[in-house]
Amino acid sequence: MATESPAKTQGMGAAIKRKEDRRFLLGKGSYTDDITLPNQSYAVFVRSMYAHAKINSVDTAAARAAQGVLAVFTGTDVAADGLGGIPCGWLVKGKDGSNMVEPPHPALAQGVVRHVGDPIAMVIATSKAAARAAAGLVEIDYEPLPAVGRLEDATAPGAPLVWQEAGGNVCFDWHLGDAANTDAAFAGAAHIVKIDVTNNRVAPNAMEPRAANGHYDAANDHYTLYTTSQNPHLIRLLMAAFTLHVPEHKLRVIAPDVGGGFGSKIFHYAEELLVAWASRRVGRPVKWTSERSEAFATDAHGRDHMSHAELALDATGKFLGLRVKTLANMGAYLSTFAPAVPTYLYATLLSGPYDLPAIYAEVKAIFTHTVAVDAYRGAGRPEATYLLERLVDKAARQLGMDRVELRRKNLIRPEQFPYQTQVALQYDIGDYHATLDLALAANDRAGYERRRAESAARGKLRGFGISTYIEACGIAPSALVGALGARAGLYEAATVRVHPTGSVTVFTGTHSHGQGHETTFAQIIAEKLGVSTDAVEIVHGDTDRIPFGMGTYGSRSAAVGGSAIVKALDKIVDKGKKIAAHLLEASPGDVEFVDGQYRVVGTDRAKAFGEVAFAAYVPHNYPIDTVEPGLEESAFYDPKNFTFPGGTHLVEVEVDPETGVVEVVDVAIADDVGVIINPMIVDGQAHGGLAQGIGQALYEEVRYDAEGQLTNGTYMDYCMPRAADLPSFKVGNHVTACTHNPLGIKGVGEVGAIGVPPAVINAVLDALHPLGVTDISMPASPEKVWRAIQAAKQAAHQATQPAGKGA
Amino acid sequence: MKPFELHRPSTAQEAVGLVTARDGAKYLAGGQSLLPVLKLELAEPSDLVSLARLPELRKITAAGDAVTIGALATHDEVSRSEDVARAIPALAKLAGAIGDPQVRNRGTLGGSVAHADPAADYPAALLALGATVVTDRREIAADAFFTGLFETALGRDELVTAVRFPIPKRAAYGKFAHRASKYALVGVMVADTAGGVRVAVTGAGPKVFRVPAFEAALTARMDPSALDGLTVPAADLNSDAEASAEYRAHLISVMARRAVQALA
Repeated sequence: MATESPAKTQGMGAAIKRKEDRRFLLGKGSYTDDITLPNQSYAVFVRSMYAHAKINSVDTAAARAAQGVLAVFTGTDVAADGLGGIPCGWLVKGKDGSNMVEPPHPALAQGVVRHVGDPIAMVIATSKAAARAAAGLVEIDYEPLPAVGRLEDATAPGAPLVWQEAGGNVCFDWHLGDAANTDAAFAGAAHIVKIDVTNNRVAPNAMEPRAANGHYDAANDHYTLYTTSQNPHLIRLLMAAFTLHVPEHKLRVIAPDVGGGFGSKIFHYAEELLVAWASRRVGRPVKWTSERSEAFATDAHGRDHMSHAELALDATGKFLGLRVKTLANMGAYLSTFAPAVPTYLYATLLSGPYDLPAIYAEVKAIFTHTVAVDAYRGAGRPEATYLLERLVDKAARQLGMDRVELRRKNLIRPEQFPYQTQVALQYDIGDYHATLDLALAANDRAGYERRRAESAARGKLRGFGISTYIEACGIAPSALVGALGARAGLYEAATVRVHPTGSVTVFTGTHSHGQGHETTFAQIIAEKLGVSTDAVEIVHGDTDRIPFGMGTYGSRSAAVGGSAIVKALDKIVDKGKKIAAHLLEASPGDVEFVDGQYRVVGTDRAKAFGEVAFAAYVPHNYPIDTVEPGLEESAFYDPKNFTFPGGTHLVEVEVDPETGVVEVVDVAIADDVGVIINPMIVDGQAHGGLAQGIGQALYEEVRYDAEGQLTNGTYMDYCMPRAADLPSFKVGNHVTACTHNPLGIKGVGEVGAIGVPPAVINAVLDALHPLGVTDISMPASPEKVWRAIQAAKQAAHQATQPAGKGA
Repeated sequence: MKPFELHRPSTAQEAVGLVTARDGAKYLAGGQSLLPVLKLELAEPSDLVSLARLPELRKITAAGDAVTIGALATHDEVSRSEDVARAIPALAKLAGAIGDPQVRNRGTLGGSVAHADPAADYPAALLALGATVVTDRREIAADAFFTGLFETALGRDELVTAVRFPIPKRAAYGKFAHRASKYALVGVMVADTAGGVRVAVTGAGPKVFRVPAFEAALTARMDPSALDGLTVPAADLNSDAEASAEYRAHLISVMARRAVQALA
């Protein structure tokens, strides 16, 4: 267990229950679709059924005439009103310094559609049923065009082009690291290990589908947008500057309770722009709520890489160099952070937790006729981890070394920190050997043979898999990401308002959509001010109430947003010291703040925090000449570096060799996520990430056919992991405090999804090793495993045939 | 979902009358198959005749050599019925493994049988146990009931009222569930009945079917090894992204052997 202080009931380290769960468990949350405004109208989108087609005409006459219909808009209306295209938030430059190909992304199609689900028309009616019925009356004359639905086909000569300006469908051809150095390392290597891996495309599947409700107030010429967003200020910024073209003070964006995001709700989507714009056009609020099948086709997907990698080792197994070539699917349009995912969130992580003296990575981003691919829980880091951990396992096999020992030999040692990698990052601190040993102890490695034999007695093949991983999160230093092409800063903001009687409201720029900020941030306040968590309220998700923050993704909220809160708290404590010094008739330099009390050092003279707060708002006896009344402070925090959680994930599986079914029977992980605010929430975050990681490894895969049709966009076909598919997780933590933020926090939101997929596949391959299976791709579905077994058996059979002697 | 008129008759006779009189009418039992179809607008019935007020069609009775289960008994009720568990434990187990708890609490035997989904579980039980479908007007042997993909011998307005299952000497069901939908990717019921050994397969083909070769082998020797080397030709089986026909053929043999193993 990640328990720090089991007895603690307040402040940092207390495993208290989540404050927000009361309203969620009572069904009293308020999600975007729950919000219905006076005179509400409803939008339904008519979407492309083709992956690529020219639109000769859109006939909306019948739809406009249908009962209850208020308006039908098409690309023509969007263009006539000058709405901006959906912008991309990150510019990546290629090897030759050229800008990436950045195609237009109109909110409604302008004559051509480029993926199934691309919106063509927007039907607005007085009821959702009327809008849906009328949507069926919109007649579109399509002229289907050749399409490319799969990454593996998109770079082939003669493949249909998504954009004429992107030859070979290449968005950018980028690299990182030192090619010459790496070549030299390979030239001197005793062993070279090669692997090809794919990282399967997955759909984010937040429990709450996307929704948006736009309201234009004509009297005040002001827009309000309710939307399922992880970052309302980013949405406001993009809409103000690029798409809706209204000044920020005329647009309020509210992301109320949001039911999960996993990255998919970071991005600016056309629908939220269109409901706001359409509200002005029809003079009524306009609400759209995604259907589940619509979500499969239109939410940005995750992953979708194909890579070739080579690892050079010396005779003893020491890593010398790594070469990687990756194709990354972008989809048809560039989503908000898409170009950053396979570059600065991926290639920068290719050193993993290892001392790797030479690395060279080349990444080609490729357009296909599919929905956009962007950040999904882990974003780039799972792809790097999967590639590296599959490769390291293969190296152990090839060299005849123990998988654990090969890793132990190459892990960065504690005394090597800060460790400068060959791919731009500098890890501040960690102890990868400690997490390795902790995980091995939790797994009971010594008892493995007994467990394997017991599985065998039941006809099952047992396998053990390991992954030692690192991730970079707490994004990000603004100047650094700016230099790398980000078109936004990535600081965080907080305002702490102490009320006259000592209770506290915190306004945070981060956004909670399952992370539990209303609890963990209250614990930070409780720790620093000595007040109860019950006396703290966290406000987030409303651009009219919170300071300009960048929102929640990349496991940044506690590390960056929490640090902003601490900075504001420091100002509160300092100001309180001056007030307390006045009340205590002491010099501020002689006053200390301990356990919620201001004390004159070395005496028993003290004022409680509440008394000081009261004095700040009722300043009768007050240093009014030098200190302003009130007790409210704001702070912006820009991180100095990324944070680097890491650890070891161990998985045991049982494979049914007759059917190919893989069952995960044991998961033991040890993470270093930095200082822990709430051990129960940290465990919960690990559990959720593990479920999604195991989902990717065994169950989940978005399938487009060669022509770009989405073939499994329903829960009848797309397999999500279920509780019954998962064992009880053993979660351990070994803490090394982050050296560059005030709380020592690293981040936990993504570790499960990053660390566990290769551990699962390595376990499957370990189980199948005796049969001669050497490769399996994610998801390791029953038929895929069964086929791999059949192929290996056949190969073994053939190998024993010629000349009648075995090798 | 398109608008429709909802009727809630209180007798079976009234229900049949309503459907007979309206060409576009359909019966609505638990709705676990019909409602998704309506939501996707794959069907647009003018009228739905709800069977919710016909409690007499919910009864489960064991008498003599058969168990008779009312058409409106839910999968959950069948799985928990002591009569079913005593007489045909394999049937109780099959019902308890359909879908998920929500589906089992609403879905009904009659609805499943009338819908004739090629991947539903019950058809394997009907066929392997040699059951009889009882309707408002006649009795239909299971062997003659399932005629094709979502097709049965039922007339348009014919109402299933019960299914009568002869009690076998022993029976077992081996199910390999589709991972996403939990329907049977392959489900094999093996039953040792008064009329001989019967083996029925669901999920694998366009409709539920028997496997005479397996039946003959198991009649000779009721042992898993009796099926060694026997397969169902893949050419006749379904093939999709979740499972190829070849894999389904393989699974039929595996699930049949496991069902026979479970008989012991």
